[in-house]
Amino acid sequence: MSESSTLQGELERVSAQFPVLAQRVHDAPLAYLDNAATTQMPQSVLAAMNGFEQHDRANIHRGVHTLSQRATDAYERARADVKRFVGADASHELIFTSGTTEALNMVAQGLSVSGEAPAVIRPGDEIIVSGLEHHANLVPWQQAAHRSGATLRILMPDAQGCVHVDDLKRLLSPRTRVFALTACSNATGYRPPYETLLALAADAGALTVLDAAQAVGHSALQLSTLACDFMAFSAHKMYGPMGMGALVGRRAALERLVPLRFGGDMVDWVTFDAAGFTGLPARLEGGTPHVAGTVGMAAAAAFITVVGHDRLEQHLGALREHAAEGLQRIDGIRVLSPDAGLSAIVSFVASDVHPHDIGTLLDEAGIAVRTGHHCAQPLLDHLGVGPTTRASFAVYNTHDEVERLLAAVSRALKVFR
Amino acid sequence: MSADTDLYQEVVVEHKRSPRNFGKLATWTHQARGRNPQCGDDISVQLQVEQDQIRDIRFHGLGCAICIASASMMTEAVKGASVPAAQQLQQRFRAVMTGQQEPDDAYLGKLISLAAVRRYPSRIKCALLGWHALAHALGDSAQSDADAERPELDGEARAKVQS
Repeated sequence: MSESSTLQGELERVSAQFPVLAQRVHDAPLAYLDNAATTQMPQSVLAAMNGFEQHDRANIHRGVHTLSQRATDAYERARADVKRFVGADASHELIFTSGTTEALNMVAQGLSVSGEAPAVIRPGDEIIVSGLEHHANLVPWQQAAHRSGATLRILMPDAQGCVHVDDLKRLLSPRTRVFALTACSNATGYRPPYETLLALAADAGALTVLDAAQAVGHSALQLSTLACDFMAFSAHKMYGPMGMGALVGRRAALERLVPLRFGGDMVDWVTFDAAGFTGLPARLEGGTPHVAGTVGMAAAAAFITVVGHDRLEQHLGALREHAAEGLQRIDGIRVLSPDAGLSAIVSFVASDVHPHDIGTLLDEAGIAVRTGHHCAQPLLDHLGVGPTTRASFAVYNTHDEVERLLAAVSRALKVFR
Repeated sequence: MSADTDLYQEVVVEHKRSPRNFGKLATWTHQARGRNPQCGDDISVQLQVEQDQIRDIRFHGLGCAICIASASMMTEAVKGASVPAAQQLQQRFRAVMTGQQEPDDAYLGKLISLAAVRRYPSRIKCALLGWHALAHALGDSAQSDADAERPELDGEARAKVQS
């Protein structure tokens, strides 16, 4: 058996682990190519979450009964597992959040709101955000700048959507307080040289923020080797549950965040007049968390580890390359960041045919893609393309599905031209 | 029932390929622009109204096939009509699209070809964008304000040109 047919066989076994994929849409087998929005969950993740809910469900911490202890153990085990998964070390801590958006807001607000001490971001400071960002890593910084009297500067991509080290060098100054960047553009699939850019900003004295939402599902992240103070990601883009995510970062940096959610579990002592706050991670996790979600997130991390990052990146990169090459051969199609390399996202525009019309006809063929601005309107305006059609791949996708995508796009263009 | 025979009927695709009354008016009395920021659709409508009659209408902008075809058919349907009649048709079309009224081809004419949009909930706002702009241009902003998925609208009316 050749190497590629072995891989094909393994992929078929992997697909069988995802119950939602075994269905037909408009009388065609579902080809789910909207994984940059949300990946599906394998049986192992569903079983882990069900197992918790059916056997161990209780509120965590402070409980003296058996179920409460089991739930606390499961929660803290999930924290340790997810930390290990992203390469965190003893200098790091992980805060569970509802997702990347909450994690990024926790940082942007936590640095710009004053608590017991004045806010970290002060009037006259500068915040640098790349022009590649999802709205969730742009708008919170606009708000933070507005709140604190700081200036927001944009690391603009070139006409091809790439950012450059020299451009960041020109923007950095002693006033730079924060630099926020994505590990992969959700709108184009482009992967900026984030390791170098973060290191440069950290050397200049800035706090560094990495939005890893589009990387965590397939790239081996080694937080301990990155000049990164805060990293945010979501469980539902790594085969885990929706409404679950994490902020992981250097303890020293996380300690500078003003808590935004006051209440149970995050206090040391409380009187009628005042309260003292406890240390990390509970300090930033007020209220009862989504414990089953954390269990599912840890199971999803284990799933990816078993598949293997190398194999995953190789498979997704090959699907992306196949799709990008095929799409570029169709008359009038422009692929964004055509040479993005090891990426799971391919985004394209067709002259004269709107993405919504393409998306509707693809759905008719059982193919799920996303259309529109992908919450990255300033980037698409800058690239001069407007809304796009985006196909994004996961472990269970196949080259046959890419062929179906190419055929359906060709057919859609024929209908409208 | 499939999208290319149902949603994208030949008449719809034909209006998308060659939209009627597409462009700008040299002189106009009313205009409005409607945008759906999520999908990037952006339609402007200009009208020349004299003595409560729509003497001329043009639209321009960017949008999907449903959006452009609907705006194109709209200009055909209201050109030459009185302002109250155009407003009534707008309300009727909107009620049909949002499922508050059944499609009635005697009344809607060619617009009946857009009735299938009702079965594609994510596309209803596309079909209504030009019509929202029309209503807004004619000074009827209250009803579009009540919509759940309200497009961004801005419009203005110039002093009526008296003939």
